Amino acid sequence: MFDLDAWREIFQSINKNKLRAMLSGFTVAFAILLFTLLFGIVNGLQNFFTQAFVDDADNSMFVRTWKTTKPYKGLQSGRRIQLKNEHLDYILEEHSEKVQHISARKYLNVRITYKTKQDNYSIRAVHPDHRYLEKTIIDEGRFINQLDLNQKNKVIVIGRLVKKDLFGERLALGKYVNLNDISYKIVGVFSDEGGDREERNVYMPITTAQMLYGNNDYIDNILIGYNPRLTIDRAVAFGNRLERELRQKLNIHPDDQSALFIRNMAEANKNVGQLTTALFFIVILVGSGTLIAGIIGISNIMIFSIKERTKEFGIRKALGAKPGSIISMVVKESLLITSIAGYLGLVLGTFILSQIGDGLEEYFIYNPSVSSGIVIGATFTLIIAGLLAGYLPAKKAAQIKPIVALRAD
Amino acid sequence: MIRIEGLHKSYPIGKDSLHVLKGLDLHIKEGEFVSIMGSSGSGKSTLLNIVGLLDEHDVGNYYLNGQLIEKLNEKKAAVLRNKFLGFVFQSFNLISYKTAVENVALPLYYKGVGRKERLKTALEYLEKVELGPWAEHLPNELSGGQKQRVAIARALVTVPKVILADEPTGALDSTTTDSVMDLLKGINDEGMTVFVITHEEEVAEQTDRIVRLKDGVIISDELTESGKAKAKQYV
Repeated sequence: MFDLDAWREIFQSINKNKLRAMLSGFTVAFAILLFTLLFGIVNGLQNFFTQAFVDDADNSMFVRTWKTTKPYKGLQSGRRIQLKNEHLDYILEEHSEKVQHISARKYLNVRITYKTKQDNYSIRAVHPDHRYLEKTIIDEGRFINQLDLNQKNKVIVIGRLVKKDLFGERLALGKYVNLNDISYKIVGVFSDEGGDREERNVYMPITTAQMLYGNNDYIDNILIGYNPRLTIDRAVAFGNRLERELRQKLNIHPDDQSALFIRNMAEANKNVGQLTTALFFIVILVGSGTLIAGIIGISNIMIFSIKERTKEFGIRKALGAKPGSIISMVVKESLLITSIAGYLGLVLGTFILSQIGDGLEEYFIYNPSVSSGIVIGATFTLIIAGLLAGYLPAKKAAQIKPIVALRAD
Repeated sequence: MIRIEGLHKSYPIGKDSLHVLKGLDLHIKEGEFVSIMGSSGSGKSTLLNIVGLLDEHDVGNYYLNGQLIEKLNEKKAAVLRNKFLGFVFQSFNLISYKTAVENVALPLYYKGVGRKERLKTALEYLEKVELGPWAEHLPNELSGGQKQRVAIARALVTVPKVILADEPTGALDSTTTDSVMDLLKGINDEGMTVFVITHEEEVAEQTDRIVRLKDGVIISDELTESGKAKAKQYV
């Protein structure tokens, strides 16, 4: 393969036909550049959607209630629906095999006081499983545990920003703070990838909240993490079934979305999955279109340039060139141009993508980038196409009788 | 060196075919200086193309250097051309993007000679045709006569058995014609077989033997004055 003399001939031929070499090089470089940018941007879109759903566990279901909008079984519309402990227990009893995590959530707004500092914060009274459902990250101490629930302990877990507000850089763990004049011990500090708002929350045991604030068994929401072994379709079905059952238990019209609704991540995942699949096919379509345009470009240039050189090939044959040596010369020339140009397009495309970085986030494009495998694959496709584009017409030209080739003008 | 027996060649033209060579017999011995004369359409270029392995004959036998030429594929033909034949064309056929010395060196490249030796040999031959100082010039910087001398140097560089010249002076004025013919004569004097195709009487007369072709058949084959003189020397 490596024959210095042969390559010298090729370099000379390229050098003396710069325009031709540049045209075919440009075609290849441009095709690869477009391909890289396109793939990068679609990857950016995918990254954005993945990022958008990173906050909550991706197998979570969220049961929320409000007022009825449809009369049912003699009950008027406008009735306020209240979830209670029994509903959570029902889900656990009836569907334990489909549930991985479950937690109630009850909201409170309280004034927290520590020494001279005080501010209003929202409290979430929850079960221990809540940390998995919200993807809470424990920075210090621990989360609410079963013992806290059983003993109705007055303990809280505070968000990173709550700690910052009240304690600054000082130690918060083990300190006591007042929540509306009731003293609570801080047993943990957490952070959350969901952002600042999440980190201004405070968690306490659901049993404590129910005893101290209203002395009832009310809960505001139920969070469920469905068994990850469920397929997306079965998880969607599970959510729908649960919705029907709870509506029935609470005497709600089966179609009353306002009274009781379950937000099911399985459905969102299904939609995102469909969107990503659609994007993927668009990329395949447009990407292969770009490549085909590039291939046609090279083929045209090669066919034209070989036609132009028919006479030269005739002279070379009269001087003793074998057909193989002419084919090999043309193919190597085409190979050299396509690989160098393909590489340039690749480098330029990756460079532009890295320059874009996070700059297009407002257009739903986040961190656009390409896997090297795909782009190298595309480059190789073009190189092979360049080889064929050179080989086929060169083979034809090399088979022309030298006398015919010499007559060509 | 070249022996042709009952050679026929026709070209298809649409549905018909044009019968160009109608049974030629010709024997050219080693060291001869022969010209083929004929008006255009007489078949002389076809004859040269067949002799030069640039084209194939239909019927008859052709022996080159004692070897029967038949069913040659392109690869074998290329090797034989490179080994036995040197071409000089009317339109020079130099490669436009190669310098004079690179053009002369090209047949050696296809022979597999190393680059240094190739360029050294090519330069020697360029000096032989008195174009040493023009070695690094491109063909379009040379005059017609100079181009043809480069082409002759290129034909000679592989030390072939036969030089085939197709109207070598067709594109040249009379002064340069003489210098090119002198060059060919000199080559012949060194013992190489030279085979010239021409339609110019003055050119043909400078060779040793004139074969006249008309409508695809040989109408005469005789020695010129110089040919007769040479023949006497050897007797």
